[in-house]
Amino acid sequence: MMPSATAPWERPGAQRCLRNAPDGNPCLLLLFLLAALLFTGCARRGPRADLVIINGAEPESLDPGILTGEADGRIALELFAGLMRYEPTNATPVPDLAEGWDLSPDRKVYTFHLRPHLAWSTGEPITAGDVVYSWLRVLAPRTAAEYAGQLFYLKNGEEFNTGRITDPAQVGVRAVNARTLRVELKNPTPFFLNLCALPTLRIVPRQAIKKHGDRWLMTRPVPCSGPYELVAWRINDRIRLRKNPRYWDAANTRCEVVDMLPGTSANTALNLYETGEADIVWDKNLVPVELLDVLLKRPDFHSYSYLGTYFIRFNVTRKPFDDSRVRKALTLAIDRTRIVERITRGGEHTASSQTPPGIPGYDPPEGLGYDPAQARRLLAEAGFPGGRAFPSFDYLCDNTSHLHEQIAVELQAMWQRELGIHAEIHKLEWKTYLRAQGGLDYDLCRSSWIGDYNDPNTFLDMFMSNNGNNRTGWKSAHYDELVNLADAQADRAKRAEMLRNAETLLVRDEVPIAPLFYYAGLDYYDANRIKGIFPNLLSVNPVRAIYKVGVESVSKSTPQGAAANLPPAPQIAAH
Amino acid sequence: MYFLRRLAFTIPLMLVISFLAFGLLHLAPGGPFDKERAPASPEIKRALEAKFHLDEPVWKQYLRYLGGVLHGDFGPSMKYRDHTVNDIIAQGLPVSVTLGALSFCFALGFGIPLGFLTAARKGRWQEYTGGFLALLVICVPALIIGPVLIMTFALKWRWFPVALWGGTWHAVLPTVTLGLYFAGKISRLLREGMLAVLPAEFITTARAKGLGETTVLLKHAFRPGVLPVVSYSGPLLADLLTGSFVVENIFQIPGIGVFVVNGTLNRDYTIVVGLVLIYAFLILVLNLVVDLAYGWIDPRVRA
Amino acid sequence: MTDAESPNRRAWRRFRRNRLAVGSGAFLFSAILLVVIWPLFATPRFASLLPRALTWKPTTLSDDQFRPPDLAHWFGTDVHGRDLLSRVCYGARISLLVGALGACVSLFIGVLWGAIAGYFGGCWDALMMRFVDVLYSLPSILFVIVLIAVVEESFKAWLVRVLSSDAGAAANLLLLFAGLGAVSWLTMARIVRGEVLTLRTRGFVDASRALGAGHPRILLRHILPNVYGIIITYLTLTVPSIMLYESFLSYLGLGVQPPQASLGSLIAEGASQINPIRIYWWMIVLPGLTLASALLALNFVGDGLRDAWDPRSTRE
Repeated sequence: MMPSATAPWERPGAQRCLRNAPDGNPCLLLLFLLAALLFTGCARRGPRADLVIINGAEPESLDPGILTGEADGRIALELFAGLMRYEPTNATPVPDLAEGWDLSPDRKVYTFHLRPHLAWSTGEPITAGDVVYSWLRVLAPRTAAEYAGQLFYLKNGEEFNTGRITDPAQVGVRAVNARTLRVELKNPTPFFLNLCALPTLRIVPRQAIKKHGDRWLMTRPVPCSGPYELVAWRINDRIRLRKNPRYWDAANTRCEVVDMLPGTSANTALNLYETGEADIVWDKNLVPVELLDVLLKRPDFHSYSYLGTYFIRFNVTRKPFDDSRVRKALTLAIDRTRIVERITRGGEHTASSQTPPGIPGYDPPEGLGYDPAQARRLLAEAGFPGGRAFPSFDYLCDNTSHLHEQIAVELQAMWQRELGIHAEIHKLEWKTYLRAQGGLDYDLCRSSWIGDYNDPNTFLDMFMSNNGNNRTGWKSAHYDELVNLADAQADRAKRAEMLRNAETLLVRDEVPIAPLFYYAGLDYYDANRIKGIFPNLLSVNPVRAIYKVGVESVSKSTPQGAAANLPPAPQIAAH
Repeated sequence: MYFLRRLAFTIPLMLVISFLAFGLLHLAPGGPFDKERAPASPEIKRALEAKFHLDEPVWKQYLRYLGGVLHGDFGPSMKYRDHTVNDIIAQGLPVSVTLGALSFCFALGFGIPLGFLTAARKGRWQEYTGGFLALLVICVPALIIGPVLIMTFALKWRWFPVALWGGTWHAVLPTVTLGLYFAGKISRLLREGMLAVLPAEFITTARAKGLGETTVLLKHAFRPGVLPVVSYSGPLLADLLTGSFVVENIFQIPGIGVFVVNGTLNRDYTIVVGLVLIYAFLILVLNLVVDLAYGWIDPRVRA
Repeated sequence: MTDAESPNRRAWRRFRRNRLAVGSGAFLFSAILLVVIWPLFATPRFASLLPRALTWKPTTLSDDQFRPPDLAHWFGTDVHGRDLLSRVCYGARISLLVGALGACVSLFIGVLWGAIAGYFGGCWDALMMRFVDVLYSLPSILFVIVLIAVVEESFKAWLVRVLSSDAGAAANLLLLFAGLGAVSWLTMARIVRGEVLTLRTRGFVDASRALGAGHPRILLRHILPNVYGIIITYLTLTVPSIMLYESFLSYLGLGVQPPQASLGSLIAEGASQINPIRIYWWMIVLPGLTLASALLALNFVGDGLRDAWDPRSTRE
């Protein structure tokens, strides 16, 4: 057949299909683009809040009874009040809904007296019965609250949660009358008032939960007991809070409208701050690590010690790490100063003990430092002189931050150079990493722990033999005994001494873990314009106390119009 | 008939896809409630998993999930405990669709003319420059284009906001970041398609008839040349409408693009399968549209 | 008329005429050669012969953090004081493998799949394309995570048993390649299918069938050569797309294991360096330029190949 000389659509019969076929004119597309662009103008951001804070990761939940994240907790603390709240200057617990309490001589029974005329933001009164409801809800097995352990200090708390007791009336919390609450503890717990300030123990509205079940936070208005109420929650966009006029201390809540933005990328957070779209950024993950040496010199970057430790776990069930000399050798060979100065660069302090310094009333013991010669001696003693015959081992880290990988590379080089042993770095994806760690399927792995409250107990009881957070395979009856005795001890000084002995066993004698450094927090805000934030160990900064200098607590509204949709550039100290 | 047959296939295909996604995600180790901090007693974790039916066998969980979907309920999100998947999709999908549609128009609106130009002016400076530009944007990821654009246009010159969503000005930089790469690809595909057609006899005939070069190219070479672009546009639009992880991350845009990746990393089964269903639906429908457009543009194709 | 020259030789002659393509080809070839034989030279034996800047190993840490490019380090150093030039060279090896693998999978599996689907049409086409749709709808990151997490241990044990203990370290990398390969052929299949659909109704196909040619012959000898152009173009688009996807995985923290590097992971690391306050420009520009120049060269070679092989090309 001859090749055709006519184009296919010029043949008869094809005409009718193509009469309406467009030329695919790109100009039409560009016009559409323009129209669509103008259309997006409908989705405006609305007037700017008085205070815009980049808070951290998007909260998984704002229900104080079930949340576990730090960023979640910071917002829940604003929405829901508790028996105690945090003092802005040093994060010590001070009375919130409770105006006072009586303590029994054996220090196991607290009788809290609630303030008069307490009310939810929607008007209903807050009673002691609400406290009982909230705490029992956390302990109820049905709720499956992951932090129910914070209430195990109550009498029968653990039994009720694990199902050994089914009658909630037997749990050590009871409403004597509408304004009096009686709390019975299992042991004298010196940090119980700190616990009362935690999100887990805050008061939730039973009227809303009974009516809406799991959807109670999605209804508007949500009854709130705290200084702020929830106005809007757009996931991954922002959470808008407005001053709750029915809060007992509403007169001292400084800002009227506050926006809490999520932050996922450090560079984006920095950019938002630099252009004035955010006033405060308070999450240590949101600081670009490469710029820390420049940023720390700026007055608007505030570094402070933080209650958290970065450490290495040894799997003591695997050879050769079952020998404490090997573990000590590896720990002594780590040059922590190099890691802190070159990799993390945030002004962190090197760690020799597991508990960070700064907890009032507790002085952590001295652990193992940096002594490569001693490390080589110990390794030779254990049967591996010069690192010969030492098997190649795995060091696990996760993919959540590049810092872990960088620290791993440094450690690998240090162990190779000082001891002649080879570590293989395995970067695992987060959940796979957790499984490996939990299943003791590793040789060494990186870990970190953030303290919940200002007491060494939060760092030490996790290494008891049966604690689910141990994850090293290390069991020591002596250690368990020391910690248990300390828990039952009423005298604070004696208790601190006992805990110190336990920690010495942990970081000096047995060394199932090797602490590397203590975390440093880094918040950035212009201290000349924003007042009411005070750096503290727990990194708790109640929003009610924060205010902008010279701004009345009335929300600003930006003028309408495309060009003015950007907030005006502020006068921040220039870099 | 072809149309209806294809449409009838969509439902069983979506079932297969959802089951595969569900199964694969369960195959990965770890669950949504594995955290660095273990709860005080193992019963708590068990109670939590029982609450979300994670203790049941996978096929049973899948059937339960399917039952929910048939009622329009995509299930609770296991990571964002206060939200259901319906909440998240309702909030995020319009944003991603807007951004995706804008980027699509941008990609076509710049890619097609560029491709046409480089094909029409083959051998001359326009081809070399245009071709080079197209290749350049293909080699540079959005990871780099985004921050560079932000640094220049948002931080240095303050023409646009630096991040977040809401309003016309917020949409410009993300659209350009997302659309540039695809504009480059489309221009290359169009150029290729047109160059493949140019040696054909009917083009020579058209030229011999005395038509101007531009008319020849526009009226005769363009239509068959655009076929590869059409094939490519279907999946491209589906990708764009369901959001881009990188762009939504850099600009902190509240779309659904981040949820598939984050959901996979967090083992949030419901949201991943929910979004996979939406994506699958879009792909199947758009591929159908593309196939029909094929038949429209080139009648020889009609099977 | 035409002399008795084989099509291959004619194609090669045409390719040789295209100076840009030949130049790019030479550039690519020498770059690949360099990157492959570099490790053999960066040993102490040759240290005295080469300038100091060429003798660094990519895993040697030093105290010179973030040094800009200078005589001792031509590409500067990174956060650990490691020489960036050697990391770029070692990283390029991995990126080359990634690209080559993606191209091969795309070429063999993708083209054949699409050609068969387009040629037979009807039921076959529907079935095969729906399979492609199903695979396309599943998020590729799911494959990568599941593949690596589930298979790695057993695969590694198998490798150590079969090859050597060093090979075990490559397990993660190979699984990564497998995951990337699995997603790279889908769009090629679709594009080829579209082209073949158009071509199979053409006259020459009927003519071949009339002459007694079987399906494979028609497909391979008559239809596919007409699609070479679009295949080569799309191949030169697949390779960058795979390398950038690998970069995306590194951005998420899922790519190559430390302390190895690939161009993609170097670029992802460098991307976090872009900020208004201080940029360590060499960390982003140099790996980026390397990748971009390699891909540009690849494209020009691809163009030249297309022009040379195209049976309908009127250029002589």
